[in-house]
Amino acid sequence: MSTPEFSIWIFLSSVIAGLLGSLTGLGGGVVIVPVLTVLFHVDIHYAIGASLVSVIATSSGAAAAYVREGYSNIRIGMFLEIATTIGALFGAWLTTRVPTHAIGIVFGVVLLYSAYASIRVKEHLQAAGRLDPLATKLRLNGTMPAEGGAVPYTAQRVPAGFSLMFLAGSLSGLLGIGSGAVKVLAMDQAMRLPFKVSTTTSNFMIGVTAAASAGIYLSRGYISPGLAMPVMLGVLAGSLIGSKILVHAQVKTLRIVFAVVIVALGMEMVFNSITGKL
Amino acid sequence: MQLTDQKLEIAIGRMLQIGVLLAATVVFIGGILYLRQETGPRPDYSHFTTGVAERFRSPTEIVPNALHGRARSIIQLGLLILIATPIARVVFAAVGFLVERDHLYVGISLIVLAVLLYSLWHAF
Repeated sequence: MSTPEFSIWIFLSSVIAGLLGSLTGLGGGVVIVPVLTVLFHVDIHYAIGASLVSVIATSSGAAAAYVREGYSNIRIGMFLEIATTIGALFGAWLTTRVPTHAIGIVFGVVLLYSAYASIRVKEHLQAAGRLDPLATKLRLNGTMPAEGGAVPYTAQRVPAGFSLMFLAGSLSGLLGIGSGAVKVLAMDQAMRLPFKVSTTTSNFMIGVTAAASAGIYLSRGYISPGLAMPVMLGVLAGSLIGSKILVHAQVKTLRIVFAVVIVALGMEMVFNSITGKL
Repeated sequence: MQLTDQKLEIAIGRMLQIGVLLAATVVFIGGILYLRQETGPRPDYSHFTTGVAERFRSPTEIVPNALHGRARSIIQLGLLILIATPIARVVFAAVGFLVERDHLYVGISLIVLAVLLYSLWHAF
Protein backbone atom coordinates (compact mmCIF):
# COMPACT_ATOMS: atom_id res chain seq x y z
CA MET A 1 0.00 0.00 0.00
CA SER A 2 1.34 3.46 -0.87
CA THR A 3 1.54 6.30 1.66
CA PRO A 4 -1.36 8.31 0.14
CA GLU A 5 -3.59 5.18 0.05
CA PHE A 6 -2.70 4.30 3.62
CA SER A 7 -3.37 7.89 4.76
CA ILE A 8 -6.80 7.89 3.11
CA TRP A 9 -7.75 4.60 4.78
CA ILE A 10 -6.61 5.94 8.15
CA PHE A 11 -8.52 9.19 7.53
CA LEU A 12 -11.76 7.37 6.64
CA SER A 13 -11.45 5.05 9.64
CA SER A 14 -10.85 8.07 11.85
CA VAL A 15 -13.97 9.81 10.53
CA ILE A 16 -15.99 6.72 11.48
CA ALA A 17 -14.25 6.51 14.89
CA GLY A 18 -14.98 10.19 15.56
CA LEU A 19 -18.60 9.70 14.49
CA LEU A 20 -19.00 6.62 16.72
CA GLY A 21 -17.20 8.37 19.57
CA SER A 22 -19.49 11.37 19.54
CA LEU A 23 -22.74 9.42 18.99
CA THR A 24 -21.99 7.05 21.87
CA GLY A 25 -20.43 9.73 24.04
CA LEU A 26 -17.30 7.61 24.42
CA GLY A 27 -14.98 10.02 22.61
CA GLY A 28 -12.99 9.35 19.46
CA GLY A 29 -9.79 8.19 21.19
CA VAL A 30 -11.22 5.09 22.77
CA VAL A 31 -12.45 3.94 19.32
CA ILE A 32 -9.48 4.88 17.12
CA VAL A 33 -6.78 3.16 19.23
CA PRO A 34 -8.20 -0.37 18.82
CA VAL A 35 -8.92 0.35 15.13
CA LEU A 36 -5.27 1.34 14.55
CA THR A 37 -3.80 -1.52 16.56
CA VAL A 38 -6.21 -4.36 15.69
CA LEU A 39 -7.03 -3.49 12.05
CA PHE A 40 -3.93 -1.61 10.86
CA HIS A 41 -1.30 -3.31 13.07
CA VAL A 42 0.05 0.00 14.33
CA ASP A 43 2.20 -0.21 17.47
CA ILE A 44 0.18 0.92 20.49
CA HIS A 45 2.66 3.74 21.27
CA TYR A 46 2.09 5.41 17.87
CA ALA A 47 -1.66 4.70 18.18
CA ILE A 48 -2.02 6.42 21.57
CA GLY A 49 0.15 9.34 20.35
CA ALA A 50 -2.15 9.97 17.38
CA SER A 51 -5.24 9.40 19.51
CA LEU A 52 -4.20 11.88 22.21
CA VAL A 53 -3.94 14.79 19.75
CA SER A 54 -7.31 13.92 18.23
CA VAL A 55 -8.78 13.93 21.74
CA ILE A 56 -7.57 17.51 22.28
CA ALA A 57 -9.02 18.51 18.92
CA THR A 58 -12.51 17.13 19.65
CA SER A 59 -12.60 18.53 23.18
CA SER A 60 -11.60 22.04 22.13
CA GLY A 61 -13.63 21.88 18.91
CA ALA A 62 -16.87 21.00 20.71
CA ALA A 63 -16.36 23.37 23.65
CA ALA A 64 -18.20 26.35 22.15
CA ALA A 65 -21.28 24.26 21.36
CA TYR A 66 -21.42 22.76 24.86
CA VAL A 67 -20.93 26.11 26.59
CA ARG A 68 -23.87 27.65 24.75
CA GLU A 69 -26.21 25.08 26.32
CA GLY A 70 -25.29 26.51 29.72
CA TYR A 71 -24.73 23.22 31.56
CA SER A 72 -20.95 23.10 31.97
CA ASN A 73 -19.51 24.34 35.26
CA ILE A 74 -16.17 26.10 34.88
CA ARG A 75 -15.32 26.04 38.63
CA ILE A 76 -16.02 22.36 39.16
CA GLY A 77 -14.06 21.61 35.97
CA MET A 78 -11.06 23.71 36.96
CA PHE A 79 -10.90 22.30 40.51
CA LEU A 80 -11.05 18.70 39.28
CA GLU A 81 -8.42 19.40 36.60
CA ILE A 82 -5.85 19.58 39.41
CA ALA A 83 -6.50 15.83 39.89
CA THR A 84 -6.74 14.92 36.19
CA THR A 85 -3.57 16.76 35.10
CA ILE A 86 -1.45 15.29 37.93
CA GLY A 87 -2.96 11.90 37.08
CA ALA A 88 -2.08 12.42 33.40
CA LEU A 89 1.58 13.07 34.28
CA PHE A 90 1.59 9.87 36.31
CA GLY A 91 -0.06 7.93 33.47
CA ALA A 92 2.39 9.23 30.85
CA TRP A 93 5.25 8.21 33.15
CA LEU A 94 3.69 4.75 33.49
CA THR A 95 3.74 4.16 29.70
CA THR A 96 7.53 3.79 29.84
CA ARG A 97 7.40 1.45 32.86
CA VAL A 98 4.55 -0.84 31.86
CA PRO A 99 5.01 -3.54 29.17
CA THR A 100 3.05 -3.10 25.93
CA HIS A 101 0.77 -6.10 26.45
CA ALA A 102 -0.27 -4.74 29.88
CA ILE A 103 -1.24 -1.41 28.26
CA GLY A 104 -3.31 -3.42 25.77
CA ILE A 105 -5.12 -5.32 28.54
CA VAL A 106 -5.88 -2.16 30.56
CA PHE A 107 -7.12 -0.54 27.35
CA GLY A 108 -9.42 -3.45 26.58
CA VAL A 109 -10.91 -3.37 30.08
CA VAL A 110 -11.48 0.41 29.92
CA LEU A 111 -13.11 -0.07 26.51
CA LEU A 112 -15.48 -2.71 27.89
CA TYR A 113 -16.36 -0.49 30.86
CA SER A 114 -16.95 2.48 28.53
CA ALA A 115 -19.30 0.43 26.36
CA TYR A 116 -21.22 -0.62 29.47
CA ALA A 117 -21.36 2.98 30.72
CA SER A 118 -22.70 4.22 27.39
CA ILE A 119 -25.78 1.99 27.52
CA ARG A 120 -26.26 2.06 31.31
CA VAL A 121 -29.61 3.39 32.47
CA LYS A 122 -29.12 6.85 33.92
CA GLU A 123 -30.73 7.09 37.35
CA HIS A 124 -31.36 10.23 39.31
CA LEU A 125 -29.13 10.26 42.36
CA GLN A 126 -29.41 13.96 43.13
CA ALA A 127 -31.57 13.91 46.24
CA ALA A 128 -29.61 11.39 48.32
CA GLY A 129 -26.65 12.17 50.57
CA ARG A 130 -25.48 14.90 52.90
CA LEU A 131 -23.90 18.22 52.04
CA ASP A 132 -20.11 18.16 51.76
CA PRO A 133 -18.60 21.18 53.61
CA LEU A 134 -15.68 21.07 51.13
CA ALA A 135 -18.11 21.70 48.28
CA THR A 136 -19.41 24.82 49.98
CA LYS A 137 -15.91 26.07 50.74
CA LEU A 138 -14.78 25.47 47.13
CA ARG A 139 -18.05 26.78 45.68
CA LEU A 140 -18.66 23.55 43.76
CA ASN A 141 -22.23 24.45 42.97
CA GLY A 142 -24.27 26.07 40.28
CA THR A 143 -27.63 26.28 38.62
CA MET A 144 -28.87 24.29 35.69
CA PRO A 145 -31.32 25.49 33.05
CA ALA A 146 -34.60 23.56 33.20
CA GLU A 147 -38.29 23.97 32.42
CA GLY A 148 -39.75 26.40 34.91
CA GLY A 149 -36.52 28.17 35.87
CA ALA A 150 -32.99 27.39 36.98
CA VAL A 151 -32.42 24.39 39.26
CA PRO A 152 -29.60 24.74 41.84
CA TYR A 153 -27.21 21.86 42.56
CA THR A 154 -24.20 21.26 44.84
CA ALA A 155 -21.45 18.65 44.59
CA GLN A 156 -21.33 15.88 47.18
CA ARG A 157 -18.53 13.50 48.25
CA VAL A 158 -15.79 15.74 46.88
CA PRO A 159 -12.80 13.54 47.99
CA ALA A 160 -14.28 10.48 46.22
CA GLY A 161 -14.83 12.49 43.04
CA PHE A 162 -11.34 13.98 43.21
CA SER A 163 -9.75 10.53 43.61
CA LEU A 164 -11.71 9.12 40.67
CA MET A 165 -10.55 12.11 38.62
CA PHE A 166 -6.95 11.22 39.43
CA LEU A 167 -7.69 7.73 38.07
CA ALA A 168 -9.32 9.24 34.96
CA GLY A 169 -6.24 11.40 34.38
CA SER A 170 -3.89 8.43 34.83
CA LEU A 171 -5.85 6.37 32.28
CA SER A 172 -5.81 9.33 29.88
CA GLY A 173 -2.01 9.64 30.16
CA LEU A 174 -1.44 5.89 29.94
CA LEU A 175 -3.84 5.13 27.07
CA GLY A 176 -3.97 8.39 25.09
CA ILE A 177 -7.73 8.68 25.50
CA GLY A 178 -10.01 11.34 26.98
CA SER A 179 -11.42 8.84 29.54
CA GLY A 180 -14.73 10.68 29.45
CA ALA A 181 -16.55 7.63 30.84
CA VAL A 182 -14.52 7.71 34.08
CA LYS A 183 -14.80 11.50 34.35
CA VAL A 184 -18.58 11.28 34.03
CA LEU A 185 -18.56 8.46 36.60
CA ALA A 186 -16.70 10.72 39.06
CA MET A 187 -19.08 13.65 38.64
CA ASP A 188 -22.39 11.92 38.07
CA GLN A 189 -22.08 8.89 40.38
CA ALA A 190 -19.58 10.01 43.06
CA MET A 191 -20.29 13.74 43.28
CA ARG A 192 -23.98 13.37 42.39
CA LEU A 193 -23.94 16.19 39.87
CA PRO A 194 -26.71 16.34 37.26
CA PHE A 195 -25.91 14.13 34.26
CA LYS A 196 -25.91 16.99 31.72
CA VAL A 197 -23.56 19.02 33.93
CA SER A 198 -21.25 15.98 34.23
CA THR A 199 -21.02 15.23 30.52
CA THR A 200 -20.51 18.82 29.35
CA THR A 201 -17.99 19.65 32.09
CA SER A 202 -16.18 16.39 31.29
CA ASN A 203 -15.82 17.43 27.65
CA PHE A 204 -14.24 20.69 28.75
CA MET A 205 -11.79 18.89 31.06
CA ILE A 206 -10.67 16.33 28.49
CA GLY A 207 -8.56 18.79 26.48
CA VAL A 208 -6.69 20.16 29.49
CA THR A 209 -6.07 16.65 30.82
CA ALA A 210 -4.73 15.47 27.46
CA ALA A 211 -2.50 18.56 27.13
CA ALA A 212 -0.73 17.52 30.36
CA SER A 213 0.60 14.33 28.73
CA ALA A 214 0.82 15.55 25.10
CA GLY A 215 4.17 17.30 25.63
CA ILE A 216 5.60 14.14 27.15
CA TYR A 217 4.26 12.01 24.27
CA LEU A 218 5.75 14.42 21.72
CA SER A 219 9.20 14.48 23.33
CA ARG A 220 9.25 10.66 23.55
CA GLY A 221 8.49 10.35 19.83
CA TYR A 222 4.98 8.80 20.15
CA ILE A 223 3.45 11.46 17.89
CA SER A 224 4.26 10.53 14.31
CA PRO A 225 3.27 13.32 11.86
CA GLY A 226 2.37 10.92 9.03
CA LEU A 227 -0.06 9.02 11.27
CA ALA A 228 -1.32 11.82 13.53
CA MET A 229 -2.29 13.98 10.51
CA PRO A 230 -5.06 11.75 9.07
CA VAL A 231 -6.17 10.63 12.55
CA MET A 232 -6.54 14.15 13.96
CA LEU A 233 -8.31 15.54 10.87
CA GLY A 234 -10.53 12.47 10.56
CA VAL A 235 -11.61 12.19 14.19
CA LEU A 236 -12.29 15.94 14.34
CA ALA A 237 -14.43 15.82 11.17
CA GLY A 238 -16.26 12.69 12.35
CA SER A 239 -17.08 14.08 15.77
CA LEU A 240 -18.33 17.37 14.34
CA ILE A 241 -20.63 15.46 11.97
CA GLY A 242 -21.70 13.27 14.91
CA SER A 243 -22.66 16.23 17.08
CA LYS A 244 -24.81 17.59 14.23
CA ILE A 245 -26.59 14.23 13.82
CA LEU A 246 -27.12 13.91 17.59
CA VAL A 247 -29.43 16.90 17.59
CA HIS A 248 -31.74 15.30 15.02
CA ALA A 249 -31.53 11.54 15.38
CA GLN A 250 -32.97 9.09 17.86
CA VAL A 251 -29.78 7.36 18.96
CA LYS A 252 -30.90 4.70 21.45
CA THR A 253 -30.67 1.81 18.97
CA LEU A 254 -27.50 3.20 17.40
CA ARG A 255 -25.88 3.27 20.82
CA ILE A 256 -26.60 -0.41 21.42
CA VAL A 257 -25.27 -1.40 17.98
CA PHE A 258 -22.11 0.61 18.56
CA ALA A 259 -21.69 -0.78 22.07
CA VAL A 260 -21.62 -4.28 20.54
CA VAL A 261 -18.93 -3.22 18.04
CA ILE A 262 -16.89 -1.70 20.86
CA VAL A 263 -17.21 -4.79 23.06
CA ALA A 264 -15.90 -6.86 20.13
CA LEU A 265 -12.91 -4.52 19.67
CA GLY A 266 -12.24 -4.53 23.43
CA MET A 267 -12.23 -8.32 23.61
CA GLU A 268 -10.01 -8.55 20.53
CA MET A 269 -7.55 -6.16 22.18
CA VAL A 270 -7.45 -8.13 25.44
CA PHE A 271 -7.07 -11.39 23.48
CA ASN A 272 -4.28 -10.01 21.26
CA SER A 273 -2.48 -8.61 24.29
CA ILE A 274 -2.61 -11.90 26.20
CA THR A 275 -1.42 -13.93 23.22
CA GLY A 276 1.34 -11.36 22.57
CA LYS A 277 0.13 -10.29 19.14
CA LEU A 278 -0.21 -6.62 20.02
CA MET B 1 -21.76 36.10 39.23
CA GLN B 2 -23.36 33.30 37.23
CA LEU B 3 -23.91 35.65 34.29
CA THR B 4 -20.25 36.67 34.17
CA ASP B 5 -19.26 32.99 34.37
CA GLN B 6 -21.46 32.21 31.40
CA LYS B 7 -19.93 35.05 29.39
CA LEU B 8 -16.43 33.97 30.37
CA GLU B 9 -17.15 30.40 29.26
CA ILE B 10 -18.56 31.54 25.92
CA ALA B 11 -15.45 33.64 25.28
CA ILE B 12 -13.24 30.67 26.17
CA GLY B 13 -15.27 28.35 23.97
CA ARG B 14 -14.85 30.70 20.99
CA MET B 15 -11.12 30.97 21.58
CA LEU B 16 -10.79 27.17 21.67
CA GLN B 17 -12.71 26.85 18.41
CA ILE B 18 -10.47 29.38 16.67
CA GLY B 19 -7.39 27.56 18.01
CA VAL B 20 -8.61 24.20 16.70
CA LEU B 21 -9.52 25.68 13.33
CA LEU B 22 -6.06 27.21 13.01
CA ALA B 23 -4.36 23.98 14.11
CA ALA B 24 -6.44 21.86 11.70
CA THR B 25 -5.65 24.25 8.82
CA VAL B 26 -1.90 24.05 9.47
CA VAL B 27 -2.05 20.23 9.80
CA PHE B 28 -4.07 20.06 6.58
CA ILE B 29 -1.55 22.18 4.64
CA GLY B 30 1.31 20.05 5.99
CA GLY B 31 -0.69 16.94 5.10
CA ILE B 32 -1.18 17.99 1.47
CA LEU B 33 2.55 18.70 1.09
CA TYR B 34 3.37 15.40 2.81
CA LEU B 35 1.12 13.36 0.48
CA ARG B 36 2.53 15.07 -2.62
CA GLN B 37 6.09 14.13 -1.77
CA GLU B 38 5.58 10.72 -0.11
CA THR B 39 4.33 8.55 -2.95
CA GLY B 40 6.32 5.44 -2.03
CA PRO B 41 5.19 2.47 0.09
CA ARG B 42 3.48 3.22 3.41
CA PRO B 43 5.68 3.72 6.47
CA ASP B 44 5.86 0.84 8.92
CA TYR B 45 4.31 1.71 12.28
CA SER B 46 4.15 -1.86 13.57
CA HIS B 47 7.19 -1.63 15.83
CA PHE B 48 8.00 1.14 18.24
CA THR B 49 11.70 1.16 18.96
CA THR B 50 12.99 4.68 19.42
CA GLY B 51 10.01 6.64 18.13
CA VAL B 52 9.96 9.36 15.48
CA ALA B 53 13.10 11.31 14.50
CA GLU B 54 14.46 13.86 16.98
CA ARG B 55 13.54 16.81 14.74
CA PHE B 56 9.82 16.07 15.18
CA ARG B 57 9.96 16.07 18.96
CA SER B 58 10.72 19.54 20.26
CA PRO B 59 9.36 23.02 19.44
CA THR B 60 12.89 24.40 18.97
CA GLU B 61 13.39 22.08 15.99
CA ILE B 62 9.81 21.89 14.72
CA VAL B 63 9.25 25.65 14.33
CA PRO B 64 12.33 26.52 12.18
CA ASN B 65 11.85 23.40 10.01
CA ALA B 66 8.18 24.23 9.51
CA LEU B 67 9.10 27.77 8.46
CA HIS B 68 11.39 26.22 5.84
CA GLY B 69 8.33 24.50 4.41
CA ARG B 70 9.14 20.93 5.49
CA ALA B 71 5.87 18.98 5.31
CA ARG B 72 6.08 16.80 8.41
CA SER B 73 7.39 19.70 10.52
CA ILE B 74 4.37 21.78 9.41
CA ILE B 75 2.09 18.96 10.62
CA GLN B 76 3.90 18.93 13.97
CA LEU B 77 3.59 22.74 14.18
CA GLY B 78 -0.17 22.39 13.75
CA LEU B 79 -0.20 19.79 16.53
CA LEU B 80 1.80 22.15 18.78
CA ILE B 81 -0.83 24.86 18.19
CA LEU B 82 -3.46 22.28 19.09
CA ILE B 83 -1.68 21.32 22.34
CA ALA B 84 -1.46 25.03 23.21
CA THR B 85 -5.26 25.61 23.00
CA PRO B 86 -6.24 23.99 26.32
CA ILE B 87 -3.25 25.66 28.01
CA ALA B 88 -4.44 29.04 26.70
CA ARG B 89 -7.87 28.13 28.05
CA VAL B 90 -6.50 27.79 31.59
CA VAL B 91 -4.67 31.13 31.30
CA PHE B 92 -7.85 32.76 29.98
CA ALA B 93 -9.89 31.32 32.88
CA ALA B 94 -7.34 32.55 35.45
CA VAL B 95 -7.61 36.08 34.03
CA GLY B 96 -11.41 35.83 34.06
CA PHE B 97 -11.44 34.77 37.71
CA LEU B 98 -9.11 37.67 38.52
CA VAL B 99 -11.57 40.08 36.88
CA GLU B 100 -14.36 38.51 38.96
CA ARG B 101 -12.10 38.92 42.04
CA ASP B 102 -12.43 35.22 42.82
CA HIS B 103 -8.98 34.76 44.33
CA LEU B 104 -9.56 31.14 45.37
CA TYR B 105 -10.16 30.18 41.74
CA VAL B 106 -7.30 32.31 40.44
CA GLY B 107 -5.15 30.14 42.73
CA ILE B 108 -6.75 26.87 41.54
CA SER B 109 -6.26 27.88 37.88
CA LEU B 110 -2.62 28.69 38.57
CA ILE B 111 -2.07 25.25 40.15
CA VAL B 112 -3.47 23.60 36.99
CA LEU B 113 -1.30 25.88 34.85
CA ALA B 114 1.76 24.99 36.94
CA VAL B 115 1.14 21.27 36.37
CA LEU B 116 0.77 21.84 32.60
CA LEU B 117 3.94 23.96 32.41
CA TYR B 118 5.82 21.46 34.55
CA SER B 119 4.90 18.68 32.08
CA LEU B 120 6.12 20.77 29.13
CA TRP B 121 9.30 21.85 30.90
CA HIS B 122 9.93 18.29 31.96
CA ALA B 123 9.29 17.01 28.44
CA PHE B 124 11.53 19.33 26.46
